[in-house]
Amino acid sequence: MSDVVISVRDLTKRFGDFTAVDRISFDVHRGEIFGFLGANGAGKTTAMRMLCGLSYPTSGSGTVAGYDVRTESEQIKRHIGYMSQRFSLYNDLTVWENIRLFAGIYGLSKTQTEERATELLDRLNFSSERNTLVCSLPLGWKQKLSFAISTIHRPEVVFLDEPTGGVDPVTRRQFWEMIYEAADGGTTIFVTTHYMDEAEYCSRVSIMVDGEVRALDTPARLKQQFAAESMDEVFRTLARGAQRGE
Amino acid sequence: MKQNFGSFVKKESLHILRDKRTMLVVMLIPVMLMTLFGFAISTEVNNINVAVVASERTDGVRDAVERLSQNGYFTFNGYISQDEIDYFLRSGKAGAVVVFASDYDRRVEQTVAGVATKPIIQLIVDASNVNTAASATSYLQNILLGTASQQAMFETRMLFNPQMRSAYNFVPGIMGLIFILVCAMMTSVSIVREKEVGTMEVLLVSPVRPVKIIFAKMIPYFAISCIVLVTIMLLARYLLGVPMSGGVGGIFSLSLLYLALSLSLGLLVSTIATTQMAALLISAMVMMMPILMLSGMLFPIENLPKFFQVVSNIVPARWYIDAVRKMMIQGLPLVAVWKNCVILIGMTVAILSVSLKKFNDKLE
Repeated sequence: MSDVVISVRDLTKRFGDFTAVDRISFDVHRGEIFGFLGANGAGKTTAMRMLCGLSYPTSGSGTVAGYDVRTESEQIKRHIGYMSQRFSLYNDLTVWENIRLFAGIYGLSKTQTEERATELLDRLNFSSERNTLVCSLPLGWKQKLSFAISTIHRPEVVFLDEPTGGVDPVTRRQFWEMIYEAADGGTTIFVTTHYMDEAEYCSRVSIMVDGEVRALDTPARLKQQFAAESMDEVFRTLARGAQRGE
Repeated sequence: MKQNFGSFVKKESLHILRDKRTMLVVMLIPVMLMTLFGFAISTEVNNINVAVVASERTDGVRDAVERLSQNGYFTFNGYISQDEIDYFLRSGKAGAVVVFASDYDRRVEQTVAGVATKPIIQLIVDASNVNTAASATSYLQNILLGTASQQAMFETRMLFNPQMRSAYNFVPGIMGLIFILVCAMMTSVSIVREKEVGTMEVLLVSPVRPVKIIFAKMIPYFAISCIVLVTIMLLARYLLGVPMSGGVGGIFSLSLLYLALSLSLGLLVSTIATTQMAALLISAMVMMMPILMLSGMLFPIENLPKFFQVVSNIVPARWYIDAVRKMMIQGLPLVAVWKNCVILIGMTVAILSVSLKKFNDKLE
């Protein structure tokens, strides 16, 4: 398989007269941490939903993990992981039951599930919490667990939709270490965030304004291009021109 | 793929089992309703205190009072004087007062002989509760008529429910209500909860087909409803003594059909509602009220205004309750209520296809 994991050409989504996503094009490479930035209402979520096979594009084309977003959404779903801004585990199930559920959803065998669960819990130092109800874990732990579970089926790409919302800085730091680790292991990370310091951690960053991708490069070069000190400044320069509000 | 369906059903069952309070409520509500409607709330007349006014306690009077006090519906409250009638009725010491004419025995003879037709017994009844008063009057007349004239004018036979027990009437109604409560309300709330919390999104991004998610949700509620169904049938048979003469198998099959319908209704509600509260309200207002009012559970459909009679046709519970009543009490077999079955099947198919379509549209 080629080095390009996500490839998008002129992808468009219209809802009636409203063009939520306007002919966006980009490539994401294997093992990359791709930051997908944009103000609220810029079309990030819609774009991401199309890539995840949840929404059918109005026009344009795209492939994720080698599968067509128009025709092979079932295959795409099998090869991606997803973690949303909202907490995505079940609070009334234990850590182990959550793992077992998602392993089951992705068709892992019993022995595989057991193996990966043990490995996952060891890595997170969670082994003692195996039978704890998720609702009694602190938020930071939940997010880490959530990320670990979203990659339990070893997907090629993981989509993270504002994964660190509401998490304290220390945990956020730890969370990003996990992301790096996964990326080093060859998993491609597609992440949206509102924290500009997190944007600095990404290999490359795209910034969406009014449904279009207005900038796409490494954080360093973007800063250079816009003669800015930080990503925050870059973002604000671009977002200032936005026509659409919330 | 089979495996992931299994893990879903397991997950849903865990949700339900972990939520002990809801579980308890679901299991207890049927028992409570059955006992309440079966014993406490009834349209029957029970234990009405009857006082008697008789200037002379002749043999005829004694005989009549004897019959009264032996009857389970009335409690003989003693002889009182003419002046006390008002006090007894107002204070509630008596629900009815029977006044015998002073020459009661002689008049009875005359009536039997066809000589006199003047009233010989006066009934004074507390009619602040119309239903109670009406039934008390008719019971009293029946009992006293026997003593007044030995020749009966009518011979009435109450078929299917000879004791006119209201429990018989309520059991089918309760069944019609409970399953909507358990299936429709609980499924819709549980689906909407996942939408609200955000876990539904994660499930939709997974390779599991949405239809599977939905059916996996329905299975545990279906199982619970079956347990509730068995509980209700056992209570009805052995606690309330409902005859079930139409065959338990038939009633059970019909109820399974109704369960399927209620589950589809729940799914429909979940596609409309976006919050758990909304799902609850829709289930309670839009579904429970028509069942209570328009299904024939409390008020006979024939008594409704014409407009509501027409509306009642689209209330699924109406057809179910009607069929269950026929099978449980009249003893008809399942074949005899085929019309109700066809209507219920039609409704299920319609509701299910609309809600599945709506559910899939939402994903786009």
